[in-house]
Amino acid sequence: MTINEVKAIVSSSSALEVVKAAIERAKADRAHALLELMEERALIRAGEIDEKLNNGIDAGSLAGVPFIAKDNFLTFGSHTTAAAKILENFEAPFQSEAIERLEAAGAICIAKANLDAFAHGGSTENSAFGPTTNPHDSTRVAGGSSGGSAAAVALDIVPFALGTDTGGSIREPASFTGVVGLKPTYGAVSRYGVVAMASSTDVIGPLTHTVEDAKLVMDVIAGKDTKDSTTIENPYDVSATEVKKVGVIKEWLSDGVADDVKSSILRTLDTLKSDGYEVDEVSLPILQYALAVYYIIVPAEVASNLARYDGIRYGVRPGTTTNLASVYSETRNHGFMPENKRRILIGNYVLSSGYYDAYFRQAAKVRTLLTNAMNEALETYDVLVGPTVPTVAFKLGENTRDPLSMYLADQMTVSASLTGMPAVSVPVESDGLPVGFQIIGARGSDTTVMAFASVIEGASV
Amino acid sequence: MTKISPSDVQKLAALSALTLTDEEVASMQTDLTQILGYVEQLRDVDTADIEPTYQPHDLETVVRQDAVIEYGVSQVELLKNAPEQADGSLVVPRVIE
Repeated sequence: MTINEVKAIVSSSSALEVVKAAIERAKADRAHALLELMEERALIRAGEIDEKLNNGIDAGSLAGVPFIAKDNFLTFGSHTTAAAKILENFEAPFQSEAIERLEAAGAICIAKANLDAFAHGGSTENSAFGPTTNPHDSTRVAGGSSGGSAAAVALDIVPFALGTDTGGSIREPASFTGVVGLKPTYGAVSRYGVVAMASSTDVIGPLTHTVEDAKLVMDVIAGKDTKDSTTIENPYDVSATEVKKVGVIKEWLSDGVADDVKSSILRTLDTLKSDGYEVDEVSLPILQYALAVYYIIVPAEVASNLARYDGIRYGVRPGTTTNLASVYSETRNHGFMPENKRRILIGNYVLSSGYYDAYFRQAAKVRTLLTNAMNEALETYDVLVGPTVPTVAFKLGENTRDPLSMYLADQMTVSASLTGMPAVSVPVESDGLPVGFQIIGARGSDTTVMAFASVIEGASV
Repeated sequence: MTKISPSDVQKLAALSALTLTDEEVASMQTDLTQILGYVEQLRDVDTADIEPTYQPHDLETVVRQDAVIEYGVSQVELLKNAPEQADGSLVVPRVIE
């Protein structure tokens, strides 16, 4: 159901009925999409919304609409674990800004969704509480790290879920589960109250059934916030410009792309051409280095951001600790997943003196070249397009033994992250498992990207 | 190609406030060698005269009034998650003997 369909039911019955029905669906979660229900708080809030509606008081643009938040958003009425043991018992003393804004607009959070611990991963198999499976095929992953959010929408438990995207963590699970996943321009949404992963690329965005719904959510959550000094003037207030020229990234339709993905993308491009769009191949050789840049810069930022987990102010501290150093190390040994540790170690390696220039600084320079190349291409083309992921959803366990093969799933999503550009994954017609079509625009051109995403959505029905 | 030794892993772990089991050291050694081997391809890119990018937008240093902002969160609430606390303070093991 879309947001507007749910709103219609709120009008004809009540927010309480809508929320109760969503909670029933959440209880039947067959994909392990969810970590915790927020039944008590959700029902109270639904009652409050109904009271407003019955008294003719404006209850907001999303009044009574249930949603689910990835469990790295701080929320009242539940734990916030980031799917890591270290935060297993954590109860947030304040709510994230995005949740506050959604609540102010009348939306009701009913549950927290599974993720790769601390959002490190592309399959939700790194969750300390077990993987989320793909609603289309339970032997396959839902993608990650926002796999629970994507699966919750694909299962139609709620019309929208919040995710976070650092290198593809909204777009990749959206592609794997057949939903829309939006990574807005860097800085479009306040990250206050969201567990930090890599601060120079982390963004918040929605997973939805339709592009229009993603826009409805952004209209509520986007915009400056004094509590997050990286927020920018709201790009969702800017009018869209018409897309005429579409640049297809040549490197993303190479031999490394699975045939089923390639044929879906090519079919969509043919439709665009016959609809009169100018569709050209554009070669950006620097993109081949994007994944290497990402897997230096992001672990470096992860190592820094995860230094705060010391078992003193919050977190599960094992009872065996005897001195301060062991409080730190035992808390971290117990509380982090192997992938968390791997990224911390890599991050501290590339940041250590002697390696800083060769790894971190060189990656930051190649990031500049990547940004320049993409900006230049976006002077010629209104949007850049290609697949979201080189494959359809892979099997559970297929990539868990080899971290590098797991990282390769991110190769088409990391570029928009490193450059701060808006990017959206839209499901397109496929022969079997879902395939996502990715659209990238210049920074701040979110509404243009979204308008074009609606075209793709319409073309593939 | 960078070869990571078990003692490199141990040293990194110590820098990261982690103590790894022997098993973890062995698997991290394999993974780190592989991942660092992969990212080393950046050495092939000519970056002479290129400035590094550390964050993706044009914002200059954002300043605000140096004033206390009321976030509406009490000390009691903030201490609630501490593994050990007493008299409004966080408790840690004795540091000075």
